[in-house]
Amino acid sequence: MGFKKKDILDMESLSVDEIKYILNMTDKMKEISGRSIKKVPTLRGKTVVLFFYEPSTRTRTSFDIAAKRLSADSISLSGSSSSIVKGETLVDTAKNIEAMNADVIVLRHSCAGAASMLAQRLKVSVINAGDGMHAHPTQALLDIMTVVEKKGRIDGLKIAIIGDIAHSRVARSDCVGFTKMGANVVVAGPPTMIPRGIEVIGASVAKNIDEAIKDADVIMALRLQTERQGSFLFSTLREYSKAFGITKKRFESAKEDVFIMHPGPVNRGLEIAPEVADSLHSVILDQVENGVAVRMALLLLTAGGVWNVDSD
Amino acid sequence: MLILIKSGRVIDPGNIDGIMNILIKDGLIAEITQAEPVFFGKDIRIIEAGGLIVTPGLIDMHVHLREPGHEYKETIETGCRAAVHGGFTSVCAMPNTNPVNDSKEVTHFILKQAEAAGYARIYPVGAISQGLEGKILSEFFDLKEAGVKAVSDDGFPVRSSLLMRRALEYAKGFGLLVISHCEEMDLAKSGVMNEGEVATRLGLGGIPNAAESVAVMRDIALSELTGAPLHIAHVSTRESVDAIRNAKKRGAPVTAETAPHYFTLTHDAVHGYNTFAKMNPPLRSAEDRTAVREGLADGTIDVIATDHAPHSSIEKDVEFEFAANGIVGLETSLPLSLKLVTDGFLSMDELVKKMSKNPARIIGIENTLKPGAVADLTIIDPDYHSKVNSAEFKSMGRNTPFDGMKIKGGAVFTLVRGKVVFEKERP
Repeated sequence: MGFKKKDILDMESLSVDEIKYILNMTDKMKEISGRSIKKVPTLRGKTVVLFFYEPSTRTRTSFDIAAKRLSADSISLSGSSSSIVKGETLVDTAKNIEAMNADVIVLRHSCAGAASMLAQRLKVSVINAGDGMHAHPTQALLDIMTVVEKKGRIDGLKIAIIGDIAHSRVARSDCVGFTKMGANVVVAGPPTMIPRGIEVIGASVAKNIDEAIKDADVIMALRLQTERQGSFLFSTLREYSKAFGITKKRFESAKEDVFIMHPGPVNRGLEIAPEVADSLHSVILDQVENGVAVRMALLLLTAGGVWNVDSD
Repeated sequence: MLILIKSGRVIDPGNIDGIMNILIKDGLIAEITQAEPVFFGKDIRIIEAGGLIVTPGLIDMHVHLREPGHEYKETIETGCRAAVHGGFTSVCAMPNTNPVNDSKEVTHFILKQAEAAGYARIYPVGAISQGLEGKILSEFFDLKEAGVKAVSDDGFPVRSSLLMRRALEYAKGFGLLVISHCEEMDLAKSGVMNEGEVATRLGLGGIPNAAESVAVMRDIALSELTGAPLHIAHVSTRESVDAIRNAKKRGAPVTAETAPHYFTLTHDAVHGYNTFAKMNPPLRSAEDRTAVREGLADGTIDVIATDHAPHSSIEKDVEFEFAANGIVGLETSLPLSLKLVTDGFLSMDELVKKMSKNPARIIGIENTLKPGAVADLTIIDPDYHSKVNSAEFKSMGRNTPFDGMKIKGGAVFTLVRGKVVFEKERP
C-alpha cells in the first residue's frame, strides 16, 4: 500500500495498516541514524516549519534532527518569536507560513484540536506534535515502535500506564494506539487524575498501581506536572511518589521480562524511582532514539519525498 | 387599517382552542369569532390562516442583543428583526452589554432603540449586581421604574450566597423576578464542554453536571428561605430537573427554562472541535437530554428560551478552548420546539404555554387573545418542510450548530401591536 494521509493528527484517524506502514518506514529510517554520515537527500528542497506554541525541548529537537537527516530545511517558530503576541489568530499565522510554500507544519499547541483545525484550513501537511490534552501521535507511534522492537509483538500484551491520565495527551494517544494494535491497556493513578469515560478510548482502570503493574509486559510511567498540586489533585509530592510512583519495591513485583517506559522528561524519585529508570528493564532512551526515526518516517510520508534510500 | 386572520386554529391555552377569525383594528384585537366578523370599508388585509395555528405572541425570555457595546455581533435592530423572523413578538434582553444594563439610562436606551427598530418588543433584564461584578446590588427601584421586569447576572453567576439571598429579598420588594444562571464556578473552572466520554476522547476539560445542580439547589434553598420568585435559566442536567421538580412539589416559588439545544443535541455535537457546539452550560449526555424532555413534558420546566448569543467569526473561528460560549437561537427555536410536538413530548397547547403563556406569566405581562387586548400574535405553519439556512438569518450571528438540519414548521406571520412585522415569503 501507499500512504495517502495529508496530515498526522491523532491515533484514531490512523488505521492498523497505516500504522504498520509507518513502522516499516521507521525501521528504514533508523538505519540512516545508525550510519556515520547520518544524512540522505530525500527531502532536499522541502521546507518543514516547527511551529511550537508550547515550550518543548525533546520533541522539537527530535523533529529538527529528523528533518535535517532527510536534508529538509527546518525552521523553528516558537510562542515568543512568532506573531502570537501580536494578536494574530492561529489560522492566520499558519496561512502566512503556508504562503511561504512550506511543505509540512509541525504544530505543538496548548489547545486540543489546534492541529485538526489547521489541517482543515490549510493545504499544507500538518503533523500534530501535541495538542493540549488531546493527542500526541508521534509519541504513540514511537512507543509502539519501541514495544514492537523489544517484545517482537504488541498483540496480547498487557501495557500499564501509570500516573496523571486525565491531563496526558500521551496517555490518550497510547491508549488508542496500543489498543488498536491489539494490546490490553490498563491505566492507574490517583482517582482525581483518571478521566471519566476513559473506557471509550480502550483502557480499563485498575484498582491501584499494584494491580496495574502485576503481570504487565510494559509499564509506562507518566510525568507528573508538579504545579497540579495547587488544583487539589493530590496531597504532597512525598505521598504521590509513595502511593502512585513506580517505586523500587513495586518494581520487584513486576514480571521479570517487563519493560519500563516514560515519555520524558523524568521526575526522578517522583513518578519513577531512579533505580527503576536506570535499570536494565528501562527502554526510555530507546524511545527517544525511535522518536527521531518515527518523525523522519512521518516527514518523509507527508512531505512526499521520493524514497530512494536503497539506491543512494 | 383592519386585519382579518381567517379560519386559523386559534390556540390560547386556558382560553381558546378552535377555528376562529380574528379581527384586528387600531393595533388591538377587535373580535374573535367563529362567524365571519362584520366590518365596514375596504381597507382591510385578509390573512388566510386555514391549516395554520394562531397563538398569542411568542416570547423568548432569554436573549443577548449585544447593544450597547458589541454592535459588531448584533444590534437591537437586527436582534429584534431576528426575533420576529423566528415568530417572537417579545424578547427579554440580558444585561451583559457594555455598559452593563444596571441603570435606568441603559434601560431607557435599549427601549428607545427597540422602539425605533419597530420589530419585536424588548423587556430588558437588569443586572443583579452593579457591573455584574457580584459586589453591590444594582438600583432595582430605578430599573423597575424604567421598565425592567427581571434581574439577572446571567453569564456571571452570583458567587456569594449572601448576595443571592439579598437580591431575592430586595427584588421581591419591588416585584422583580430574579433569573439565575446557576453555575458553581470552581467546579466548572478549566472546563470547556460537558465532562464525560466525549471530553475524555477529545482531550478537553470537562464541566460536570454538578457544577449546575449544586447552584440550582443552592438557589432553590434561598428562594424557599426568602419566599421570593426564582427563575432558573437554561437547565441542562437531569439533576437540575430533579431538584426543580422536587422544589415545585414542596410549593417553592420556582420556575425554570431550557433551550432548544439542550433538548435537541448532546455533547456528541462537539466532535471535530465544533465551536458552534460550545455554550455554557454545555451540551450534555443523552440521559440529560431525555431528562430535559421529560421535565418539559411533566411541567417541571415551564419555558423554552433560546439563550440567543450571537458571536462573530472573531470569537468562534478560533481554537475550541479559546472560543466564546453561545449560539444564536431566535430563528431556529420554533421549528426545533415543534419537533417536541411531532415526537409526542408536548401537545401543541403545551408548546404554546412554554413559548408564550408561561414566559408572560413569569415576567408579569399580559399576553392573551381577547377583544381589547394588544394584537401581538404569531401565526405558525406546523407542516412546511425546510432546512436551517444560517445565510437567511436576520441575526448578524451565524453561530448555529443546526445549519443544514431538516426542520418542519415555523412562523409564517408575526404581528406586533397589530402590525405585520414578519411575513414569510410564499414559494
